Amino acid sequence: MSERVLMKGNEAIGEAAVQAGCQCYFGYPITPQNELTAYMSKRMLEEGRVFIQSESEIAAINMCFGAAAVGVRTMTSSSGPGISLKQEGISYVAGAELPLFFVNVMRGGPGLGNIAPSQADYFQCTKGGGHGDYRVIVYAPSDVQEQYDYTMLGFDLADRYRIPVLLATDGILGQMMEPLVLKKYKDPGDLPSKEAWRLGDPATKEPIWITSVRLGEGELEEHNFKLQKKYEEIAEKEVRFEEISLDDADIVMVAYGTSARVARSAMEMARAEGIKAGLLRPITLWPFPEKRLREIADKVDNMLAVEMSLGQMWEDVRLAVCGACRVHLHGRTAGGVPEETAIVDQIRKIMNSKGDEIIRNF
Amino acid sequence: MERIFTMPEAMKPEQTLYCPGCGHGIIHRLVAELVDEFGIRDRTIGIAPVGCSVFADKYWNFDVISAAHGRAPAVATGMKRGRPDSFVICYQGDGDLAAIGTAETIHAANRGEHFVTVFVNNAIYGMTGGQMAPTTLVGQRSMTCQLGRDPAIMGYPIRVCELLKDLPGVAFMARGSVDSPKNVLKTKKYLKKAYSNVLEGKGYSFVEIVSTCPTNWGMTPVKALEWLRENMLEHYELGVFRDCDAEA
Amino acid sequence: MVSKIRCAGFGGQGIVLMGKLLAQAGMMEDKHTTFFPQYGAAMRGGTANCSVVVSDDAIASPMAQEPDVVLIMNGPSLDKFEPAVRPGGWIFYNTSLIDREVERDDVEVFKVAANELADEVGSTRSANMVMLGAFAGKLGTVSVEALLGSLDVMLTGKGDKIMNLNREAMKRGAALAE
Repeated sequence: MSERVLMKGNEAIGEAAVQAGCQCYFGYPITPQNELTAYMSKRMLEEGRVFIQSESEIAAINMCFGAAAVGVRTMTSSSGPGISLKQEGISYVAGAELPLFFVNVMRGGPGLGNIAPSQADYFQCTKGGGHGDYRVIVYAPSDVQEQYDYTMLGFDLADRYRIPVLLATDGILGQMMEPLVLKKYKDPGDLPSKEAWRLGDPATKEPIWITSVRLGEGELEEHNFKLQKKYEEIAEKEVRFEEISLDDADIVMVAYGTSARVARSAMEMARAEGIKAGLLRPITLWPFPEKRLREIADKVDNMLAVEMSLGQMWEDVRLAVCGACRVHLHGRTAGGVPEETAIVDQIRKIMNSKGDEIIRNF
Repeated sequence: MERIFTMPEAMKPEQTLYCPGCGHGIIHRLVAELVDEFGIRDRTIGIAPVGCSVFADKYWNFDVISAAHGRAPAVATGMKRGRPDSFVICYQGDGDLAAIGTAETIHAANRGEHFVTVFVNNAIYGMTGGQMAPTTLVGQRSMTCQLGRDPAIMGYPIRVCELLKDLPGVAFMARGSVDSPKNVLKTKKYLKKAYSNVLEGKGYSFVEIVSTCPTNWGMTPVKALEWLRENMLEHYELGVFRDCDAEA
Repeated sequence: MVSKIRCAGFGGQGIVLMGKLLAQAGMMEDKHTTFFPQYGAAMRGGTANCSVVVSDDAIASPMAQEPDVVLIMNGPSLDKFEPAVRPGGWIFYNTSLIDREVERDDVEVFKVAANELADEVGSTRSANMVMLGAFAGKLGTVSVEALLGSLDVMLTGKGDKIMNLNREAMKRGAALAE
């Protein structure tokens, strides 16, 4: 086994960003992601790079907008309330087609909510979040190693597609420590050069304009159709998920992040008592593994969405299966974490139910 | 024949679409002339803010980025920190700089960010059709203070230079005007000092320029200049508010 | 085999360090392990506690909601976590600061005079190490050797004096279980 270190999720994200060549970090304090900002305040300066604790989340995301425009790797991080403030800037980044990596360590909402772990920002993460017709690639890691790995990959994809990439994690994954293999960053080698469009580069001959303003007649629609093409390519190539024990499954759970860890354990408990349960774990929340879900829906009668929100991902599962099977919901919220025994109880109930009945835990 | 007046290289050969008597055209040109004089066009990045100058890219012949409303100082910070060899000009109006973007303005100044801020103060929101600005004078009428600005209800016009000048990160701060050839030249002198400060790494440099908006003021260009001189210059006193060299 | 452990006490007793040392020791024995700190919304007051899970297989939730073992360093923490332990689980508690008995009769109890034993080796501040040693010596979820090894990783840079104090305290706790 390669050498492992015990590391917090938030710090693992920071270290992965440093390894991946993040040149500028801009952030503002908010629990439960504070360890990440704190880690960067030391590591970025040690590396001679840029760290600013900004005056607000709004300033942080706009500093990222500027840094991305001059062609360096940049990131910011926050939790729900701060991510809400950043949405304006993320929309501008998406409109101007700049690369950006950002992190949401989700906590309970709405409003100031609480600081407990949650997945309640699913809609915000996957449905745009800010204004306008755009998409963001969303990774949903489920352990410390994946937070490290998908941070590195996130920077690559941001550069490859010139798009905002979000690491959607939660207060448990951010604050927990787990063994981690500190892999070295490997440049994929085929990322497009930024030389043609970055600002402030004396080597470019013609002045460059980076903007999200397109006021000419039909100009914005044309641009948005172009973006859409890119999103379709991403949906085709970048969807990621993990399948566990699906071959003989009678009921399939769908869960990501922390919820997927618990669902997996519930799956094993259910199997121990003879119920053939399986798990599909989306790793990208956008693009969502809808094709695969549709295929599976033809083979099973029941799916169970397990999430730390009240039916947000459930909606996407139902959209994907398009009525081909029943989709039930196990949702917890505001710091409530699904428990294995409660999930297995619900699975038993589902297996004994008939007809069109949709069973929820609340 | 000797050519004695021409377009700066840093200006595109375009006619501006600004209203007759608007100060933006003159100020754009001052910004561009200095870019040429310092020979920094290839590494200059201008910020086109939200407001009438959102299309500054059509006139400036160097790199331009469009910032969200009020966020220009944060965008400028990100660009300058990300690419320290760039020369960043943060061009903002009064609503952008002193209302929605006040926090970004103060903190960029306080960090002593190494870019030039050009603050165009015409005491009104131009692009959206003449609403009250943070710098609208007491008694002045606008679309959203139709009975005149009443400080008891709407607060007082902000003097930005006076507010920011004591922040330690500020290297240079001055207020000029473009109401007369003499003041245009003086304003250029202030801007030149701001550019050289930033190029020499001395810190945040800020020039406020008192300007006109004849259309939204509801005046002819000539009358607007008179109104500026008679009303604005009393509240917005011209001069240098901070100069780190003079202090040294 | 999975073991969910909760460490609890008041701020300053080194509760978070206890958890980190346990997780580090589990990792050094090639087990799956997680550490999760639980904070209140405020920085001061209340109990400090953390969850550690050590397992042969992948770990589901890192939060020990119904712990197999609790390591209790003060009275309010016993009040809070006594009801949470799973039936048949273990309560280790610090009798130096807790003068009541455990009320439940469906759990195993192991008493550790952690502060007094720590005083004997040289400093009250090592009471957390005494407790860890007692736990490892009694249940073997992680070995005492691995815990001693984890000290070297987690407390790098501390002087020999403090390291020796902690080692001695840990051994002292382990000896209780013999």
